[in-house]
Amino acid sequence: MATKDTHNPKDSGATESKRDSAGFKRPDGRKIDETRHMKAEVGIIPNADGSAMFSFGDTVAIAAVYGPKQLHPQHLQNPETGILRCDYSMLSFSVTERIRPGTSRRSQEISKVTEWALAPALNIKDFPNTVVDVHINILQADASTRCAGINAAALALAHAGVPMNDIVSSVSIGKLDRQLVVDVSKAEEDWEEGEGATDIPFAFTGGKIALLQLDGKIRPKELKEAAKLAEKALKKVYEVQKEALKKAGIKEESK
Amino acid sequence: MTDEESKREIVIPGEVIVKGSNYLPGEGTEKRGEEIIALRYGLTEENNKLVRIIPLSGTYQPRRGNVIIGKIQDIVFNGWLVDIDAPNSAFLSVAEFPRYINANDLVEHLDIGDVLVAKVQGVKRKGMELTVKGRGLGKLEEGMIIKVNPNKVPRIIGKEGSMVKLIKDESGANITVGQNGLIWLKGDTLDSELLAKKAIHFITERSFVSGLTEKVKEWFDKEKK
Repeated sequence: MATKDTHNPKDSGATESKRDSAGFKRPDGRKIDETRHMKAEVGIIPNADGSAMFSFGDTVAIAAVYGPKQLHPQHLQNPETGILRCDYSMLSFSVTERIRPGTSRRSQEISKVTEWALAPALNIKDFPNTVVDVHINILQADASTRCAGINAAALALAHAGVPMNDIVSSVSIGKLDRQLVVDVSKAEEDWEEGEGATDIPFAFTGGKIALLQLDGKIRPKELKEAAKLAEKALKKVYEVQKEALKKAGIKEESK
Repeated sequence: MTDEESKREIVIPGEVIVKGSNYLPGEGTEKRGEEIIALRYGLTEENNKLVRIIPLSGTYQPRRGNVIIGKIQDIVFNGWLVDIDAPNSAFLSVAEFPRYINANDLVEHLDIGDVLVAKVQGVKRKGMELTVKGRGLGKLEEGMIIKVNPNKVPRIIGKEGSMVKLIKDESGANITVGQNGLIWLKGDTLDSELLAKKAIHFITERSFVSGLTEKVKEWFDKEKK
């Protein structure tokens, strides 16, 4: 509890900025509610039906969408609705220590979680027996890869012309010792002081939570606060996504 | 074209297009309370308070009466399964062939891999039914097939077929445009087919430019020197 002296958690009347000035410093000097620089681009993979890139600072994700198309093997087909299939994968050179390409326990989990985060936004009831394939690749990893992946996938799905109720936006909230921060970087993910780091990826669609993961400890009050922080940060993420799609549309229009 | 009609905007899924109870939700939109919400990515179009979205991308969605181009995928006991480059495949029944066919001779008329022009007779939840009864429908023997984005087909056809007619006249090739984005070109010479192909690509790349027919005319003049 090294940092306990510098900021008093009982001081609930203090505003965020006051707590900021109370001595909490992020490794890269960001404000606690500031995301890294976000960049998004739509239509980066000509062969795919829809594609997009999304980055949080040094975390870069690309997504390609194919479909809706007939699903094989046939026994997986659902005559009531189309289904969504996600595949998340980190490229072997995305981190400094080469990672073995292919599926791992981790990538399987993230694929599934991404699928669940995107599914409520999708409206593919009119495509029975079909599948929409989403392939997400992480080109460069600096934490929050699943969030960047979800953001890229949502853009790619919209670009592919898949009917959707809304766009999905995602951001991670971190708890470093007892301080909540927006958009965790690798340096922060490895936080060791005090209570250590807790990473909470959030995804929202249409003002509702689509994904919430939590590995670590958090107080119920803090979780609520984290959700509020995420909701606020996601407005900015949404704007970046919207702008990217509109820009691609204008390019298409004026070609 | 009135001012209201020409005011097109790019919208993303979930975005509010217009507010107000006197608007009606058209294709690709939904009404949530007082607002008309976009359900897909595309351009908005408003006509007599009816708001709809012109998609920029996405798979072909069949409609009754559409002329499409497809490839025989499989032969079953009472007809053919046709791959039409859409999420679901299409079925062509023997009864929809212009003349009587013995069920054992299906292969004689259309074999796997053969390409044909057909008309959509009915759309079901799962796939669609085709017919080849009618003028200009049936098996394609020669020429070339090119694929374009099915959302740009209306641009290639033009107003009342003006664009297709222009390409036909200028290139000398015969053209059949399938609503599913497959186009069949057949000219007397390979050059005429290639010229038509080039023209079609020129159109798809500039599908939202106004006065496109004029520009294509100019392009043909330049291309032919």
